[in-house]
Amino acid sequence: MIHNIDLEHLRPYGDQLNDGVIQLSFTLPVPQGAKAREAAKKLIESMGFSDVQIVHSEDIGEDFTFFVIYAKTTGYVNYKEIKTLEVEVPKMGMEEINEKVFKYLKRQIVVVGATIGSDAHTVGLDSILNMKGYHGDSGLERYKAFKVYNLGSQIPPVELVRKAREYKADVILVSQIVTQRDIHIKQLTELADILDAEKLRDKVLLIVGGPRITHELAVELGYDAGFGAGTMPSEVASYIVEKMVKIS
Amino acid sequence: MRLELDGEMIERARKLAKEVTDEVQKFIGLRSTDSVERTVARLFGIDGVNSEGAPLPNVVVDDVKAGGGLKRGISYWIANGCVAKNLDPQKLAEAVGRKEFSLVKLPPQNEDLVAEKMDELTAKAIEKIESVRDKRDKMLEELGDPKKPYIYVIVATGNIYEDVIQARAAVREGADIIAVIRSTAQSLLDFIPYGLTTEGYGGTYATQANFKIMREALDDIAPKVGRYVRLTNYASGLCMPEISAIAALEGLDMLLNDSMYGILFRNINMMRTFVDQYTSRLICAFSHITINTGEDNYIKTSDPIERAHTVTTSQLINEQFALKAGMDPKYMGIGHAFEIDPDVENGFLYEISHALLTRTLFPYATPKYMPPTRYMTGNIFKGYAQNTLYNLVSIMTDQSIHLLGMLTEAIHTPLVQDRYLAISNAKYVFNNAASLGSEIELKKDGFIQREAQKVLENAVSLLEHVKEVGLMTAIEEGTFADISRRMDEGKGADGVFIKSEDYSNPFIEEIERVLGVGR
Repeated sequence: MIHNIDLEHLRPYGDQLNDGVIQLSFTLPVPQGAKAREAAKKLIESMGFSDVQIVHSEDIGEDFTFFVIYAKTTGYVNYKEIKTLEVEVPKMGMEEINEKVFKYLKRQIVVVGATIGSDAHTVGLDSILNMKGYHGDSGLERYKAFKVYNLGSQIPPVELVRKAREYKADVILVSQIVTQRDIHIKQLTELADILDAEKLRDKVLLIVGGPRITHELAVELGYDAGFGAGTMPSEVASYIVEKMVKIS
Repeated sequence: MRLELDGEMIERARKLAKEVTDEVQKFIGLRSTDSVERTVARLFGIDGVNSEGAPLPNVVVDDVKAGGGLKRGISYWIANGCVAKNLDPQKLAEAVGRKEFSLVKLPPQNEDLVAEKMDELTAKAIEKIESVRDKRDKMLEELGDPKKPYIYVIVATGNIYEDVIQARAAVREGADIIAVIRSTAQSLLDFIPYGLTTEGYGGTYATQANFKIMREALDDIAPKVGRYVRLTNYASGLCMPEISAIAALEGLDMLLNDSMYGILFRNINMMRTFVDQYTSRLICAFSHITINTGEDNYIKTSDPIERAHTVTTSQLINEQFALKAGMDPKYMGIGHAFEIDPDVENGFLYEISHALLTRTLFPYATPKYMPPTRYMTGNIFKGYAQNTLYNLVSIMTDQSIHLLGMLTEAIHTPLVQDRYLAISNAKYVFNNAASLGSEIELKKDGFIQREAQKVLENAVSLLEHVKEVGLMTAIEEGTFADISRRMDEGKGADGVFIKSEDYSNPFIEEIERVLGVGR
């Protein structure tokens, strides 16, 4: 970390320490012009910004105006008081994971994965589960330690729970990528509720992943862990093994 | 910029693809499906829902199916019912919807009268579609076809009225094609929802009423911007031919329509999809609706370089299925995509090579080029750069239908400014590099030439294998997108049946006759 930071009053760094510069872009549903620019400026000021510079405003059709703005925030945070919930993952390699599982559990860990509800995107799920993995990091299917059932996309939570029971799942992995109006929250909650009702919740490790997922949100929704964008398959594998070995 | 490909090998590839699809077509010819029959019901004028909200085309087909008569074709039962009850198809369907009688229980009427009725309903249906088609063709001619690549954007608010606002803004900014994304999972519904809708997730329900609203909005704005604006929707699920029918009735210009997408990505039964795609494409071919095939999806799941030849193979198969449905190549939007990992050295050269291969193999088609999605991240600034390179490949290689990449891909459905930024990027690149492709001569035996030739060779080997084992077994083997589907599995299998000796479908026969295909 650079010198002389006042961590109790942390502010954005643009061009120099503590300048508080933030870039913003948004659209107002009014025609382009002086009035629209003034409205944008006032709006930004109302959010606690100063030195508002409208560097670009443009008519983008049908009386919509697009803005690019730089402004300085007057706010700050006390970095020292920040507490976050993160998944604590001891990094393990594939061999280590396989060994550990057969040494302590003496069987494969059964993982059932799906995207639930309306989400049709399997990119995230596949990059964690498929052999090929993500950026050279192999997916769970390649580990001897895991037996993977990838159910694919748009699986109703009820169906996922049924399959989890059928396959005697140790781990349920759900992915939620594209969402609108927070429907992912509803679907994730529904899954957790069904597991509770079916008395399965305590028998499985329940994990969710996706670009809008944080560990904190996952825990709040009753999940064991949440993984955000850029998570590698080996991180998820390490987490599962660590937890499973601990439970046993 | 020209690829020097082995001409004999191209011919060989086409011949193999033809033989592969000839085999499948034999299965298709013997069968029909619930959705094919519902399509006929719709085209005979049946629409609306019963008091329980079930669409009447489903009601009549299910009624005949329950009575064991569907093997004969819905055309016969509707015509017989119309004669018996002296009602038009809509009134007849409404009565069936009220459970007043079952179509199969009505006494068989004079054969000549029933045949006459079928012919009359067929003629009316064809006339309706023709008049919509001719109106579109005329409007296209009058307003002028925009320059290619056509700028294609998506709206997906869930609310058709909100979609209209965003579509109009996009057209003002320069969009040539508006696609209204369907509400997620609609493709798995075995019926088409009825009426206009304002609630949907990740998209807006494809309904005839929604089609009409968007069509009117685009036709209203087109003269104001001085160019024809195309409307697109999706015909890839369990209602593939039915969607084509309502698209034909409402004057849509394009449909996503792939001969295998439903099987692979929606786990729809193989036979169901093959039979449905045929009827669906007949309607598209007849109505001058451009199909967009879905090869871009393969390389979202399998490796875009190693498996590039599966894209080519599928393109050739899609082309042959379309030809079997009497489609003019200019209505074939052959699909492919820019999906290579941005960290790959010379990834841009691979992309040029693959895109040019598609262009070269299908000189009379209108290739549909799809943007990066797989390696898009939350870093919207990098994403914008990726889309710039994608736009550059498209203009260099002379693509026709160009779906714009969104900088917020993989984050949320596009905000109004995301679409604007995408359009301005494309317009900038298309204008700035307008003649780049025609200025460049590719190095003989250089990277781009060799890669394209290699993909073609691999496609031919794969087609040889597919020919050997048959397309259905090849799909079981996981040839496409690394996804394996078995012949007997998948959704909608119970909606496929073998036609009986006395099966009749005069509507389909008539458009087959006009298009010069079929028996």
